[in-house]
This record gives sequence, C-alpha cells and structure tokens, in this order.
Amino acid sequence: MTGWLDALIQGILLGGLYALFAAGLSLIFGVMRLVNLAHGDLIVLAAFIILLLAEKLGLDPFAAVLVAAPVLFAIGFALQYALLNRTLGRDLLPPLLVTFGLSIMIQNGLLQLFSADSERLRSGAIETASIALGGGIAIGVVPLLTLLSAIAVIVVLNLIFYRTPLGRAFRAASDDLEVAQLMGIDHNRIFATAMGLAFVVIAIAALYLGLRANFDPTIGPARLLYAFEAVIIGGLGSFWGTLAGGIVLGLAQTVGARIDPEWQILSGHLAFLVVLGLRPRGLFPRAVD
Amino acid sequence: MRDGAPQLQAYRIATAGPGSRAALAIACMILILLAVLPAFAGRNLIQDLIFLFYMLALAQCWNLLAGYAGLISVGQQAFVGLGGYILFALTLLAGLDPLLAIPLAGVASAVFALPTALVVFRLRGAYFAIGSWVVAEVYRLVFAQFKGLGGGTGTSLVPSITSNVLGIEWVKSMFDVRTPAARDIISYWAALALMATTLGFVYVVLRSRRGLALGAIRDQEAAAAGLGVDIYRLKLAVYVATAAVTGMVGALIYLQKARISPDAAFSVLDWTAYVIFIVVIGGIGTIEGPLIGAIIFYLLQRYLADFGAWYLILLGTLAITVMLFAPRGLWGFVAERYGVTLFPTRRRLVSGAGKGKGG
Repeated sequence: MTGWLDALIQGILLGGLYALFAAGLSLIFGVMRLVNLAHGDLIVLAAFIILLLAEKLGLDPFAAVLVAAPVLFAIGFALQYALLNRTLGRDLLPPLLVTFGLSIMIQNGLLQLFSADSERLRSGAIETASIALGGGIAIGVVPLLTLLSAIAVIVVLNLIFYRTPLGRAFRAASDDLEVAQLMGIDHNRIFATAMGLAFVVIAIAALYLGLRANFDPTIGPARLLYAFEAVIIGGLGSFWGTLAGGIVLGLAQTVGARIDPEWQILSGHLAFLVVLGLRPRGLFPRAVD
Repeated sequence: MRDGAPQLQAYRIATAGPGSRAALAIACMILILLAVLPAFAGRNLIQDLIFLFYMLALAQCWNLLAGYAGLISVGQQAFVGLGGYILFALTLLAGLDPLLAIPLAGVASAVFALPTALVVFRLRGAYFAIGSWVVAEVYRLVFAQFKGLGGGTGTSLVPSITSNVLGIEWVKSMFDVRTPAARDIISYWAALALMATTLGFVYVVLRSRRGLALGAIRDQEAAAAGLGVDIYRLKLAVYVATAAVTGMVGALIYLQKARISPDAAFSVLDWTAYVIFIVVIGGIGTIEGPLIGAIIFYLLQRYLADFGAWYLILLGTLAITVMLFAPRGLWGFVAERYGVTLFPTRRRLVSGAGKGKGG
C-alpha cells in the first residue's frame, strides 16, 4: 500500500517536470500556432549551456540558470525573428520541416561538442535531500521544487497573458493576426518575444531535467513527446490544463513503472492514446484547432 | 449542359505530352536494364542499389502522404519496423519462406494501420505529426517486450533461412555465384520490383479520379470538401495503402540486413528523417522529386556518411535552406523554369478536338 501511495506522490511530482517541458511548447503554440519539433532538443541544449556556465564560472546550477536565462531569451528571440517567422503561413510543412531539421542539427552539434557521455547538473546536498512524510514515505526536495517551479511558471505566464500589454498583444495576435496587425502590432517582434519567453521557460525546465537525472545529447526527442502529450492531455490553450496533463502523464509513468519497470514509458504513451481516444480535445480544452 | 452554348473552340483534357511519352518509354527501358544488371554488376553496386531502391520506395510513400493527402507523418518508422518484425516472426517462428513473408508483412501493416489511423486521425496538422511519432514509439516499446524476437536487444535471421530463399539455387547456377551474392541478387530484384510497383502505383493513383481529389486536398482542403471529396475516407485509404507498402519495404530491408533490433527498426532518423529529406530536397508533391532526392541522398550518404555528426548537421542545414528558398525542391525549381514534367499528373486544356482524353 505504501508503495502505491509513494508511486502516486512521485507521479505527481514527476508531472511537475513534464508540465515545465510542456509550458514552453504550449506558449508558442498558443501565440503563433507553431509546433516546434526541436523543443526537446532545445531543453537539452539549455541543460548543456547551464552545465557549461556552472563549470566555467564555478556557479551553482541555480545561479547558472539566472545567467543562462537572458542568453537563452536572446537566442530564442533571434531564432524566431530571423528564421522561424519566415516559415509561418498557411502551409504546415515549412515550420515542421525547419524545426525537424533544427532538431537534428542540435542533437548532432551537441554530440560533436560534448560527446555522447551522460552529464548531470551538480548542486551539492540539495540533490539528495528529502522530506520525510512519515509512514516510510519521503519526498525529494528537488522533485518538490520542480513542481513548485512549474506552478510558479504557470502563474507568471497567466499574469503576463492576462494582465500586461504584452499579453494583450500575444492574445490579439493569436486570435486574429490580420486585425492585430491593423491595430499596429508588429507581429514579428511579438512572435520573437514569445519565443524568447518560451526559451526562459526552457531554461527552467532544463535546470530540473539536469538536477533530477542524467542527460545526453540524444534524449531530446523523448522530452518533446512528453511535452506534447502533456499539452494534448491537458487540452490546448490552457496553462493549468498543461499542468494537469503533465501530472496525468507523470502518474501513468510511475504507476506503470510500479507494475513493471520496463513499462514506465510505454504506459505514459498509452495513457495519452487513451485520453486521445476518449476525449480528443483533452481534459480541459480552451483553444479551438 | 453544353447544349445551346456557342462552341467557339473545341478543347480536350490531356495529361501527357510527347516529352512525357518518351520519358515513359525511357523509364521502361531503364527498368529492363536494371533487371538484367546483376549479370554484369559487382556485389557492391547491387547492395548500393538495393539501398537506393528501398529509400526511393519509402520516399514515394511519404510523398503521397504528405505531398498530396496532407498527412505530414513523422511516424512512418512504425511500419518499417512492423514489417521487419513480421518478417522475422513469420520466418523464424512460423518457418515461412522470406519471399512469401514480404507480401504478408504488407498485409499485416495495413491491418495495423487501420486502428492506428483511428487514433492519430483525431489529431490534425502538426499535431498529427507528433502523434504519429508517439504511435511509432509505442510500437517500438511493445516489440521490445517480445522475448521470442530478442526483446530489447533484437535477434538475427539464421543462415538456414536466408540461404534457402525461393529461387536461390536457380540464381546460383544462372549467374555462377555463391550463396551470399545470390541472396543479394534476389533482394535486389525484390527491391527493384517493390520500387517499380510503388512508382507505378503512385503514378496510376495520381492520374485517376482519386488523384484529382488528392490534388484538390493538397491545394485547399476546405474547398475540396465543399466539392464533395470525402476527405476522411481518402486520407484513410492513402494512410493504409502507404502503410502496406512501407511494411513490405521494411520486411525487405530487414531480410537484407538479417539482424533486427527495436531501436534500429523503429529509428525516426533512418526511416523518416532521411525520407523527408529526400522528398523535400527533390521536390514535394511531384513524382520526379523523390527520384532526384533519392539519388542526391544516395551520393551524399556514400561520400559523406563517414563524417558522422557533421554529415547530419549538413543534411539538416540543406533541408532548412531548401525549405526556405526553394520550397518546391530541386525538381519544382527545374519544372517551373523549363516547364518539363516526366510523369505528368496535371490535367491541361489542349485546343483541338483531337482524340478525346489524352493518354
């Protein structure tokens, strides 16, 4: 019984990580209807950037991410402004293909620079610290911080979207691009800002990815799939839905792993397919498309 | 409907022109030449051509899916791996002849494609792309559970199976070669037949009534629906048919490799990324495009694959560049500039009463 309760708690905490993966994907889809196939590889790239900063500057990963975030914002802004904006339009293929190409380039670029060895972000005692809940159940501090950070990210994103002029521009561009342009919105800048913001979320996701487990250049595509599944399970267009989707996915994986360790990933995918079969628009849908 | 309207000039609808009839004749001659090639060519060339043929067959399938039916799949490796595993199951566990197992693998892939489609067709556009990828991952993880086929590490075909392919004795005496070379020749013919059939199939489909409907879907899906095209059924038919062909190609690939593992058989890079690259570089939405793309890819693979990661970075850059600056690919560029088509599928109005429907 304790084992199952433990699996439930760990599943919810793991869901926090998946919600962080998914929040960036959800954000750029919400603003510019762009599905970024390189999203997972960008998370891994960000983890390597944090690792590099931590090693070269002798920083703790939590401090390194503060240095990495503005850098990643700039990279995201430039990527969208110079490259991805040119692919947006009625045809679906160009954005998909360009981000798929980027995914392959990032993976192999990282392989070339960092080799295929597993890496990990080191942050001293906090990595293994845990809080005992009694009854033989303990929760790790890092997994708990992951979930809390996911909630914080979603609160901040919602504030930006619904309480600021920038968020108004995001929503306007998302609802009707042409009218938004008529109202004087420079959509290229707005889209680039949204991508920059998504890259900051990616930096936070990368921090916890690297603190919780080993990573290497090839694990990006699997993270993309988890992020995507969380977005679809939760329902398009709602950040809280994305958190719920992440938690459903995390629960499915830990419960599956509890039955047979080899089934962890498979049961996550199957949960996604079941939700898709029963509720194709997700559990908490908002956007139409 | 035309009664009463003053007939100013007679028109007829034609697809082919003299150039394309010559191209068809040349294509048939090349096919015959390729069929008798094993009599002259060395083993290396035969093996290279097997690779070229199956990549081309996969590319034609993906082109039909993405270039015409609007189904941008990143999960076709599901059916390559499925076909491969079914071939292994039928030969290793059921003792069937590999050449018989190839068409059966195609049938099985079609059978699996139907329920798969019911799930992934709930996702549209870009979401369909990632959804198809998830399904391919599910196939990979499920096949890794089959201990009888080697589980996660995979398994090999025993020599008694690969050396007793139908017709191998005949090939050995005919070309005076040893068993491994004779195996290659049989795989070569199977690959050639599969490639030619796929090419012919795509060509015939695109020139048929359904091809016209597919072209309409490609150009403007909502308008096609408005004109009475049953989009769901047509997409489903294309998805299942390409899954069948992809499954047969997968069976052939793994008969030739004689070793299978879940990670290799369901590899998104080998069986989908390269294929997309071929179609996009060559020119999506044309039959000629994948042909050119496959030849370019074969040359790049042959001369640059040793550079490993750099080679893949180059491929990615090339694909992005083409997509941004020549979105219709190399063939699209040539066709637009010089107005040539080798496998015409577009209907044109030609003046003069002529013979009616052009051939």
